[in-house]
Amino acid sequence: MSEIPHLLVHEHADNVGVVVVEGLTKGTDMLCCVTHDNSTFRLTAGADVPIGHKIALKDLKEGDTAIKYGEDIGKIIADIPKGDHVHTHNCKTKRW
Amino acid sequence: MSTKYSNMTVKAYRRENGRIGVRNHVVILPVDDISNAACEAVANNVKGTLAIPHAYGRLQFGEDLELHFRTMIGTGANPNVAAVVVIGIEPGWTKRIADGIRETGKPVAEFSIEQNGDFETIRRASWAAKEFVHMTSEYQREECSISELWVSTKCGESDTTTGLGSCPTVGNMYDKLLPEGITGFFGETSEITGAEHICQKRAINEEVGERWYKMWKAYQDEVIFAHQTDDLSDSQPTKGNIEGGLTTIEEKALGNLEKIGRTSQYIDILEPAEAPKSGNGLYFMDSSSAAAECVTLMAAGGAVIHTFPTGQGNVVGNPIVPVIKITANPRTVRTMSEHVDVDVSGILRREMTIDEAGDALIDMICRTANGRNTAAEALGHREFSMTKLYRSA
Repeated sequence: MSEIPHLLVHEHADNVGVVVVEGLTKGTDMLCCVTHDNSTFRLTAGADVPIGHKIALKDLKEGDTAIKYGEDIGKIIADIPKGDHVHTHNCKTKRW
Repeated sequence: MSTKYSNMTVKAYRRENGRIGVRNHVVILPVDDISNAACEAVANNVKGTLAIPHAYGRLQFGEDLELHFRTMIGTGANPNVAAVVVIGIEPGWTKRIADGIRETGKPVAEFSIEQNGDFETIRRASWAAKEFVHMTSEYQREECSISELWVSTKCGESDTTTGLGSCPTVGNMYDKLLPEGITGFFGETSEITGAEHICQKRAINEEVGERWYKMWKAYQDEVIFAHQTDDLSDSQPTKGNIEGGLTTIEEKALGNLEKIGRTSQYIDILEPAEAPKSGNGLYFMDSSSAAAECVTLMAAGGAVIHTFPTGQGNVVGNPIVPVIKITANPRTVRTMSEHVDVDVSGILRREMTIDEAGDALIDMICRTANGRNTAAEALGHREFSMTKLYRSA
């Protein structure tokens, strides 16, 4: 891959991806890579998101399930537009 | 089937019981907290020895006391330890620990302080320690198959990059080396929560999987739910995990489980600090997710090398077991490189495959086994933290 990806996604079923570069700014035309098969797509960052933090791959609604590794990682507790930051302010465990 | 890993060898110390060690420590081991001072004095008198002070060993009882003995005996018995001087306040428990270590066949000397005082104990123990240093410093490394290594893993200061890079690197290593006959350890009971349904399925058969689930459930019921005072979202994931981008315990657990790769299955379950008895293969040890406690328990179980994936940059080490740090987080490589042994941040840039990263870790395991000091060793990280199950009497 000649261009370094901004966002990595584990599985095609996932609806969130992980920022893997420092200093990502809102409006960046991100190169996104699905690590399962190295396929790529592009997505515009909807916020400044720190390295390691997640971005929604599509519009997520309150009550939806966040999917990563192809698995349930928690519930969405506030609507998140595609490209925006997903973290503890809008996503929570279903365990407690 | 022969693979490129089958013929790999390391230069290690062959111990009396046949196991191999990658370090050659003479340990001065306190039975209890009040013997720390004498042990540290002996280690100060005799260069080339290592005191392992700790906080416990008095008025413990029941399962908690058994764990104390198992941790002490297991630490002394570890093949990275060539010889041991045991010092306790009284002769009874001192002898029990010394005798437990003696079962390995390695040289052990024991001393107790009551009716002798620190001065006389230190004098006699120093003579024994000095003899052990002369003897063991002449031990030579010999060529051994990589299959004889016991390698443990536990990750720390995890973030989303551990699940993407450093944990799959360890998993790839296990997928390659477990079929060659190494013995592996993973654990962190509380951090499997959120992926317990997946972990149960990674057992070699249903019976082991059910025993695993029972152990995990008991931990949830007896520890977490019995002691929780609020929603645990603030401590699991930890502050560091959240800073690194991990949002939920499920997400953390799924990343954690990447450490056992794609094909590896665990063959049995171990009590904290228990040594494997079911032959070569991967074991789940019921253990704390706190870094130093977990590494201490796995070392007491007999692991001679620890592989430690980190995201935000955990700095833990162990007195007797080299801890190899692996990170995929480019910010951690940039800001904390003195702690990093294997940089796999190329995985995030798609410049390095998981297969290449696994090979890089195997290479570092061999070099570490041959004698290379890890970052944690060079920086003097010797965290020895005993797990305690409940209050003392």
